[in-house]
Amino acid sequence: MKIIIGNGRVIDPENRIDRIMDVFIAEGKIVALGAPPHGFQADREINAKDLVVCPGLVDLSARLREPGLEYKATLESEMAAAVAGGVTSLACSPDTDPVLDEPGLVEMLKHRARNLNQAHVYPIGALTRGLKGEWLTEMAELRDAGCVAFGHSDMPLPNTRVMMQAMQYASTFGFSVWLRPQDVNLADGGVAHDGEVATRLGLPAIPVCSETVALSNIILMARETGAKVHLCRISSAEGVAMVGAARRQGLPITCDVAVNHTHLSEMDIGFFDSNCHLVPPLRGLGDRDALRSGLLHGTIDAICSDHAPVDEDAKLLPFAEAEAGATGLELLLPLTLKWAGEMKVPLIAALGKITSEPARILGVDAGHLSSGAPADLCIFDPDQYWIVEAGVLKSQGKNTPFLGMELKGRVKYTLVAGNIVHEG
Amino acid sequence: MQLPDAEHLLTNLTERVRHDIGPNTALVGIHTGGVWLAERLHQNLQLSLPLGTLDVSFYRDDFGQIGLHPQIRPSDVPFKVEGSHIVLVDDVLYTGRTIRAAINELFDYGRPASVRLAALIDRGGRELPMVAQYVGAVLDVPSDKMLALEKSVEGKLSLSLYDKRRNNE
Amino acid sequence: MTNAGTMSNNPQLNKNGQLQHLLTTEGLPAPILLHILDTAESFVGVTERDVKKVPLLRGKSIFNLFFEPSTRTRTTFEIAAKRLSADVVNLNIAASSQSKGETLLDTVDNLSAMHADMFVVRHSQSGAAHLIARHMRPEIHIINAGDGRHAHPTQALLDVFTIRRYKSDFRNLRVAIVGDILHSRVARSQIHALTTLGVPEVRVIAPKTLLPTKVERLGVHVYHDMTQGLKDVDVLMMLRLQNERMLSARLPSTEEYFKYYGLTQEKLALAKRDAIVLHPGPMNRGVEIDSAVADGKQSVILPQVTFGIAVRMAVMSILAGS
Repeated sequence: MKIIIGNGRVIDPENRIDRIMDVFIAEGKIVALGAPPHGFQADREINAKDLVVCPGLVDLSARLREPGLEYKATLESEMAAAVAGGVTSLACSPDTDPVLDEPGLVEMLKHRARNLNQAHVYPIGALTRGLKGEWLTEMAELRDAGCVAFGHSDMPLPNTRVMMQAMQYASTFGFSVWLRPQDVNLADGGVAHDGEVATRLGLPAIPVCSETVALSNIILMARETGAKVHLCRISSAEGVAMVGAARRQGLPITCDVAVNHTHLSEMDIGFFDSNCHLVPPLRGLGDRDALRSGLLHGTIDAICSDHAPVDEDAKLLPFAEAEAGATGLELLLPLTLKWAGEMKVPLIAALGKITSEPARILGVDAGHLSSGAPADLCIFDPDQYWIVEAGVLKSQGKNTPFLGMELKGRVKYTLVAGNIVHEG
Repeated sequence: MQLPDAEHLLTNLTERVRHDIGPNTALVGIHTGGVWLAERLHQNLQLSLPLGTLDVSFYRDDFGQIGLHPQIRPSDVPFKVEGSHIVLVDDVLYTGRTIRAAINELFDYGRPASVRLAALIDRGGRELPMVAQYVGAVLDVPSDKMLALEKSVEGKLSLSLYDKRRNNE
Repeated sequence: MTNAGTMSNNPQLNKNGQLQHLLTTEGLPAPILLHILDTAESFVGVTERDVKKVPLLRGKSIFNLFFEPSTRTRTTFEIAAKRLSADVVNLNIAASSQSKGETLLDTVDNLSAMHADMFVVRHSQSGAAHLIARHMRPEIHIINAGDGRHAHPTQALLDVFTIRRYKSDFRNLRVAIVGDILHSRVARSQIHALTTLGVPEVRVIAPKTLLPTKVERLGVHVYHDMTQGLKDVDVLMMLRLQNERMLSARLPSTEEYFKYYGLTQEKLALAKRDAIVLHPGPMNRGVEIDSAVADGKQSVILPQVTFGIAVRMAVMSILAGS
């Protein structure tokens, strides 16, 4: 199918393009921008006047809950949520049931996802078998099956020797290791940031040093092993400062933040709102502000949705017992725009945080609109307001701290490999 | 409408009660106006048994409709109720519901030998079969009005008439 | 972003500003606290009569819902409800029925279908009472009888009631809360009640492992030393020390704790001469308090228990009437 996307404001952070022009698509690829290729006859014309045309979003963390956790969400529901949110590539973490630690499971997931013809799914393989933190997985085999990196989700990896050797082994093959910095003992039993709110509400607390102690270990081991490390879900001001310092020393470290954490703090827990039970915990206002400016200054490379659909019953529990996580695929764009608006960040720079930057971290050909690139696009109305309501969300998870709030920025079309997979 | 002088009525009431005073007679005032009257009666009649006071909030029959009174004072019955001759004192006798509550409360302190009732004003309008043995005056008050006893800073008692806003007795 | 609404909308008050649930002492206006104390004052008289019962809650059903065992607290609520002539149903819901797959809210839904008017809830998780209150039909009232480390408002109310009985004015008192503040729902509720009632100086005294982060933001002065912390204090509120604290490496031994933080006559002498000593019970004699103090003339621990009934009667009748 040949498509013209006409008159849109084309923003491509990778190629530093931000102007109104037409985009021409044929055979699943972008064939031209601006002037039509010779003899181009469109089957479909999308009028993108007053809309933004950008690369399809790349999300570094979306839990699709398959295999094993289909009562929370299914591949179908979450892939529909992804394209409804303009996400055309996503990395999914290995914390499924069973864990993504065998090539067969990874191939099955890739196969199931491919058959849905929606967003591209890039599995993160388990760094240790069963995410138990004891034995290394067959990383090279897993890479051949389709894994793009290796991580440990939110499972503890308390054995520093195992962590060090996992980094050494991964770096042997040039694989990057994705780690969420959290010292398991310091965080043990905690459910909220160790601050004023946890003190007031009597919630078991997770101190900032659980992040910084772990960060310090990871940074020292990254230096020692030379492994490429991606730090997932940084949450504290001190953490941001440590990452900045490590990068200034030239270590090959990248870093992301969950979009909720760029807006929310411990204060939003209010009276035990379990939708604000997130991992890592929402921290203090100062931490949130440091995350927002860390993104601005590039210490933090990318924003991810950290999509975690949770069934309603698992949230209707006392705060600590409620399952952590928030649905996010459909909120990634509007919440990134909200951050950009509040921080006066140009749209092109903001979109870079959810397109070109995460694509670079993933190491996949996505997140740009170059001629000849896969036609993965997101077309959105930057000025449309919508209310986050259960009925509006395609994701099976309706759990988000933003439920009931009005957000700006709505996806109108999503294209994957030249096919229109979502029309809003 | 012309209201009688409360101090004058109190004098009348005192004389009526005085006739029936015995060694075992005790006065129990019902909050708030009834307590003011009972204090004065107790002083004037020189009773040997100490004065009792009741706040009938826990015994009212309209708790389900209006909830707990915003200001409750402790009831205090500092004598042995068992076998005593009690004169309940209230300012305005109206529906009889407060008296019902007061009698119920009184019996939770013991079994009195007798209970009689003294009221400064009987304004009619009874909803329960209650009769006051001692009355300062009978007064016909329109049903949309509330009659209330007031006490000045110097302790002088007077009657006032208000538009009825909430349950009054 | 801040959800301003969640902070300002007090889930305990109905739209007329009346007490709908009692979940925590935090955020309750002083007039409401004083109304509870004043009403309790009237109930003290009732509990001293031959007939210790009033007909106020006749026909009402109160369910004691104890997800965490506590015979003592449950009994005081039961007595309070019975003295108000309510029907009381006691349910000790062990963890087992929860492990059968029934959630907390399932349990509560089932019981409210039996026409409960009021739930008295104790649960090991902070926020359990809030969750139930948010979920309930508005005509059902919730009393928090202790949720995790969060709140135990009736205990705090009976404590301030006791203080008011012995010390006339909150506004010139110095109060010290001693012990495991970190894990204590009682301490949190006491702090909010005392500061709301105008106590100018509330101190907490504990080793650093038993104090929560930024506790001073609750409006208290922090001490780690009894000698300094007890100086010129009018009221000492002792907290119970759980044995688990040794297992979680927060304390080395009960002996060392008693030596430095246990209340003995010698330490009590550092406070004002007419200082009173409170303890929420059950006491660990020889751990947080010496028997000589617990049974001494400055102890008001037994009156606390008596007043606890009157305070709970007051809370129940104010809620039922709102």
